[in-house]
Amino acid sequence: MTAQVIPETVTPEAVQGAARMLEVRVRRGEVFQTFAVARRPNQTVLDVVTEIQREQDPTLAYRFACRVGMCGSCGMTVNGRPRWTCRTRVAEAATGDALVLEPLRNLPVVKDLAVDMEPFFEKWRRAHGYFEPGEAPPEDFAPVRPDEPERRKADAGIECINCGVCYAACDVVAWNPDYLGPAALNRAWTLVNDVRDRGQEARLAAVAGDAGCHSCHSHMSCTEHCPKALSPTFAIAGLKRETGRAALRRLWRKA
Amino acid sequence: MIRPGHRRPGYAAALIHRLSGVALALFLPMHFVALGTALQGADRLESFLGLTHNLAVRTAEWGLVCALAVHMTLGLRVLAIEWLAHRERTAIVVSGCLATSFAVGLLFLLSA
Repeated sequence: MTAQVIPETVTPEAVQGAARMLEVRVRRGEVFQTFAVARRPNQTVLDVVTEIQREQDPTLAYRFACRVGMCGSCGMTVNGRPRWTCRTRVAEAATGDALVLEPLRNLPVVKDLAVDMEPFFEKWRRAHGYFEPGEAPPEDFAPVRPDEPERRKADAGIECINCGVCYAACDVVAWNPDYLGPAALNRAWTLVNDVRDRGQEARLAAVAGDAGCHSCHSHMSCTEHCPKALSPTFAIAGLKRETGRAALRRLWRKA
Repeated sequence: MIRPGHRRPGYAAALIHRLSGVALALFLPMHFVALGTALQGADRLESFLGLTHNLAVRTAEWGLVCALAVHMTLGLRVLAIEWLAHRERTAIVVSGCLATSFAVGLLFLLSA
């Protein structure tokens, strides 16, 4: 049996002294401002932004809340790629010792790295991304088994935290600002598979329009960038099939 | 304006799929004109086909075969994503589609 080598204790001060410096370029309006921040072990991109704001420039605007990947408020563009910054380590995202931080694409910028999420959530409403219980309350609980196909389809998309990363990654949103976007359509798909919901006809009509699911070009950017490893592309494909079936049902009724 | 992530393989796949479709749509009227000459007799068709025996038309034909093949393979990719919920490794799948198309084009050149 080989003896284990116990590493010497490394104090935070020693780490800081030995750390390389990170060159951070932050988009502030139309210009970039460059900051130098020490690299630290296990440092996240949000740590870097927070250090800049607290130690170097208190006027830097950004948004965060939970710091643990639950609230979805710290999305930014890091080296050209939309990411949640609280769970993105610098070692994973930096190119050498360089970071370029920009606000999320496809959303109006409030200031520096903070974007206005209102258009994003407005599209959730337009896609009927809310539960509709119907006029009369049900007499009993709807039995929903965990292994039912509909339940499994809904399960595949319900972990969305509304971070807007997929929305920023989507080329179709960039081309057509009215496009509902991957997150809203993913939410609509989870509700389409909810047997308790009574608003399906209106929801399918809402997502079948010109700026709805049929505008998706299956670039897979949303699926590729989703920090929760969801696949809005498949949800949108499900909506395409379901809206197609709904159209056929309408034709059948008319005939 | 934040620069878009246009260098993603999914974007390239959609762009090539669209452009190859446009190329095929532009070819179709010429194809029908060629077929239409057959209605006016075999000699007319043969004389028309004689015009196509030059390097420029042969190269265009090769491009057309490649466009047809790439349109089909990328179309199969979209069908696999949308109907089978196939979670792909986009760069590898798109590269495979392009490689298959060029292989088909090569076969066309070898058989010509």
